[in-house]
Amino acid sequence: MARQKIQSVSKVEATVDRLYEELGSRVNAVSTNSCPIDVALGFVRLCHSQSCGKCTPCRVGLGQLATLIESVLDGQADMETIDLIEKTANSIYLSADCAIGYEAANMVLVSVKGFREDFESHVKNGKCMCHFDRPVPCVTRCPANVDIPGYIALAAAGRPEDAVRQIRKDNPFPTACALICEHPCENYCRRQMIDDPINIRGIKRYVCDKAGEVPAPACQPATGKKIAIIGGGPSGLTCAYYLQLMGHQTTVFEEKKYLGGMLRYGIPNYRLPRERLQEDIDCILSTGVEVKLNTKIDSPEEIQKLKEEYDALYISIGAHKDKKVRLENEDADGVISAVDMLKAIGNDEYPDYTGKQVLVIGGGNVAMDCTRTAVRAGADKVSVVYRRRIADMTALQEEIFGAQAEGAEILELVAPTRIEADENGKVIGLWVKQQMISRYKKGRPAPADAGEDEYMIPCDILVVAIGQGIESEPFSEFGLPTKWDQIDADDYTYIKDRPGVFSGGDCATGPATVIKAIAAGKAAAANIDEYLGYNHTIESGVEVPPARIYDRTPCGRVNMREKEAGERNNNFEPFEYGMSDKEAMQESNRCLRCDHFGYGCFEGGRIFKW
Amino acid sequence: MVNVTINGKQITVKEGTTILEAANINGILIPTLCFLKDINEIGACRICVVEIEGMERLAAACNNAVEEGMVIYTNSPKVMAARKATLELILSEHDYSCATCARCGNCQLQSLAEEFGLSTDIYKKKVRKIAWNRDFPLIRDNEKCIKCMRCIQVCNKVQGLGIWDICGTGARTTVDVKGGLSIEKADCAACGQCITHCPVGALHERDDKNKVYEALAQTDKVKIVQVAPAVRAAWGEELGLKPEDATMEKMGEALRQIGFDYVFDTNFSADLTIMEEGSEFLARLGDKENNTFPMFTSCCPGWVRFMKSQYPDMVPQLSSAKSPQQMFGAVVKSYFAEKIGRDPKDIISVSVMPCVAKKAECAYENMGSEERGQDVDIVLTTRELIKMIKAANINVAALEDKPLDDPLCDGTGAAVIFGTTGGVMEAALRSAYFLATGKNPDADAFKAVRGYHKGWNEAAFDIEGTKVRCAVASGLGNTRALLEAIRKGEVEYDFVEIMACPGGCAGGGGQPIHPFEMYDVRGERLRKLDFANPIRFSHENPQIKTLYSEFLKAPLGEKSHHLLHTDHWGWKL
Repeated sequence: MARQKIQSVSKVEATVDRLYEELGSRVNAVSTNSCPIDVALGFVRLCHSQSCGKCTPCRVGLGQLATLIESVLDGQADMETIDLIEKTANSIYLSADCAIGYEAANMVLVSVKGFREDFESHVKNGKCMCHFDRPVPCVTRCPANVDIPGYIALAAAGRPEDAVRQIRKDNPFPTACALICEHPCENYCRRQMIDDPINIRGIKRYVCDKAGEVPAPACQPATGKKIAIIGGGPSGLTCAYYLQLMGHQTTVFEEKKYLGGMLRYGIPNYRLPRERLQEDIDCILSTGVEVKLNTKIDSPEEIQKLKEEYDALYISIGAHKDKKVRLENEDADGVISAVDMLKAIGNDEYPDYTGKQVLVIGGGNVAMDCTRTAVRAGADKVSVVYRRRIADMTALQEEIFGAQAEGAEILELVAPTRIEADENGKVIGLWVKQQMISRYKKGRPAPADAGEDEYMIPCDILVVAIGQGIESEPFSEFGLPTKWDQIDADDYTYIKDRPGVFSGGDCATGPATVIKAIAAGKAAAANIDEYLGYNHTIESGVEVPPARIYDRTPCGRVNMREKEAGERNNNFEPFEYGMSDKEAMQESNRCLRCDHFGYGCFEGGRIFKW
Repeated sequence: MVNVTINGKQITVKEGTTILEAANINGILIPTLCFLKDINEIGACRICVVEIEGMERLAAACNNAVEEGMVIYTNSPKVMAARKATLELILSEHDYSCATCARCGNCQLQSLAEEFGLSTDIYKKKVRKIAWNRDFPLIRDNEKCIKCMRCIQVCNKVQGLGIWDICGTGARTTVDVKGGLSIEKADCAACGQCITHCPVGALHERDDKNKVYEALAQTDKVKIVQVAPAVRAAWGEELGLKPEDATMEKMGEALRQIGFDYVFDTNFSADLTIMEEGSEFLARLGDKENNTFPMFTSCCPGWVRFMKSQYPDMVPQLSSAKSPQQMFGAVVKSYFAEKIGRDPKDIISVSVMPCVAKKAECAYENMGSEERGQDVDIVLTTRELIKMIKAANINVAALEDKPLDDPLCDGTGAAVIFGTTGGVMEAALRSAYFLATGKNPDADAFKAVRGYHKGWNEAAFDIEGTKVRCAVASGLGNTRALLEAIRKGEVEYDFVEIMACPGGCAGGGGQPIHPFEMYDVRGERLRKLDFANPIRFSHENPQIKTLYSEFLKAPLGEKSHHLLHTDHWGWKL
């Protein structure tokens, strides 16, 4: 008689596993506009189904919580019900034996705290506070609300030029975004409910590559209004582009030698080739933007002068100041900031690190850019030093993998303590202490001292890439409100009590993404137009092909191919290949057309003009 | 062109044609429920699903285009099973108290259920009621709503008001007044277009039939009824009468059989309106400095409500003339009361209107007086009238064409076209021309303002050297567009006619409901009645002449001022 059996997976278990997996990606896709209480109810029910049934709080309590929450949704509850929900959840959290119970209760506690007003609205008015007005997930989650299903349909229809026009309705940097956008849209793509999100950026790249030069639309009749834009980065140029199309005359003041802001002075050529960036800039300038390069506006007097000479002012100076690690010997020779390193490259001054050992401090995309730049500059060895784990890095995964593939090392859980310099004041190493990952702080696992001795990592070059600051002093001296070093503008790019002065992009939000800066420039253009007493609209004039009906059966996502690491790590040439025609067609046809199927065809499927 | 096969039939249609259209134009019918052409093509109810060869899942026929080579089955077993299940699901949250429903016998859901031969409830009933102000002329019963969203779309896209909105998400998604307001606070024009476009009985007018029955039972009262022009073009539709047989005179007979003592014609007061409003327009035109132009007609209460809520600053530009319904009521409770020697308060004044907003209008506090009471006591819609005729078992086909009652029954051709878009303007111009010049123009001289389409009609006419620039719009969405253009200075007019419902009262919110639009057919009928009338000028109406000589004296005179004109600020929306 055998006494032990090898565990095998039954059909039931395999099916349940599969359902959980599918539910996982469905949950990942997030519904953009559901009633949060309804969602919480669904979660509680799911949690309850996981209860083994041993302990009272979980077995009985979760069911009672679901009943109470449902009574709120059905308008049969009063204010005491909300308190009872909270009290019950709290007692389940305190008394349940295992995580199935207490973590479920915790979700309810988080819900009641996070959207209590919604609970109250249901109780008092019998109505939900939410409104289902943003049905297309990718468009909703794109900060600039680019018509993604629209241009994907145009790509599928073999109309890349129109696709570019459709993108430009909301974003005048189609090519730059095709190459480097962080694509938040993809995270919420409904296609995840079937298989994987659409490769949206890849399709954008395909249409931009394919379309060639697409002229900008004609400007509306001149209004005679003049707008000064301080800062020629993505936000400033976006604002300039739309204001020009509306018939206003803009002048962009740029302190550097070239336009592009962080697109040029933050992102290296191998990710965003200069000539490709120039395609977008050329199109923007073709609308008649005046540009003053090498013109830094850095005194209150100069700002005042612009304020007087122009009808409105848009401040989009970005975040170009380096942040210090505040360690001993930070001023040593060989210690450079990421900002300085990438700025030099932006001005076509490439470093030569042949034979050098390079250390990069940081875990964001800029740190990865510096790392991969150092590899390309011929360094013997490039290592990244990061306080937390690789999994905690804010850099895009593909950037991290890319850097590793190109030969960079990533030292995780290593905290710098001091910089070692030789007698000539030249950096020779970075002292660090080993960390361990530990308890959560502010919702993230935080590192803690692992209790080991300090040690030194030798280096010839130390790049500090821990974030950027904003050079907002002249503006605060001019009298604009600032928070930390950010210009205090609201979500409408308005600055309180300063009519005619607008601000957006990194300088108003802190360092963020290109697409967010573009979105701010777009909002600023609309609000400046409004401020000047106009109501111009921007539209593409492109008709999007109707959605086609076919079964959207599971099909893998086409990812972009890259040059092999050994071919790309010694030069600054672009390394990502665009999609082939065949790949682009397959990928475009995976799109679920949420602009047509679902709520999209009822309301909000497409914003034709803004 | 695209070649497709539907149910085995080879079909060639234009590119972009929906499956539904492709089937319909080839005689293959696909059932629909939420679909409303050009207004609601959202594939929400899923009743119109069809099978496409090569596809596992079914597709909505109403909002998906055919593609080359498609092989479509509209009635395959898969389709039928899915359609039936969907229907059962819809019914599970629909309160089908059909026998007491305003739409019994004229309900798309009821018809579908009947066609499918549904017998038992498969699913547990989950019907949700939502409280509603039952005094408002427009009633919404959530328990009957099937969430087709037509009301939202009609109010948004056609009427440009957006009173309705989606409320809630997921299982609790339903329609409600936008912004969580109650209906009486929502700037609702009460046009009733949501009612006439509701496929079921979720939206209906306040039922005032019982008030009329109670009134008719009062033997010591004089019961009079007036009938609006557009009612005569529609009342026969649900009574099996051909348009040419559904005469005003037959309807009058039916109303007498129901119990009214006097049957009058609102056409009479339409002519009276022209005398007053036309004179007012000429007076304003003669005093350009003290008046802002254009002057707007004021006969449509849906429009007046819209103006008051959406463009309050322009209200002074509304003609001060009361609507024909209210002028009629005022004349009945003064001139007519005198004639028959009765106290105005002994008269119960009922009107039959193609309209829901008229129910609101008659109750405004300044639409009557201390001595007379409300000038119009009860308003019935055309639909309510039809129900009363049916309830009385009147064989309408056998009714005789007997004349209506003196002295308020004469109406000219100019009056009857009040019921269709452009009619008020045309009638006003015919008489304004006469009042200004002393001669009649050709009765068809102003036909450029006829007809309904998106936008508005405009025309300029020369009246003895004075150029009069006119515009006509119907539908509140068109109205908004016109008003915006006027405000922006893009267009300039002297006189503008507005009717809240597309096509005018012919397409009114109180008219019989069909799954298709009828305003054009009914409007055409009214035009025919104008052509056929020997008198086509309001100022030639003999009873109007008598009214002025015996009672009112002159247009815009003292009596007119009190009885026939109103202060639009005298009541609150």
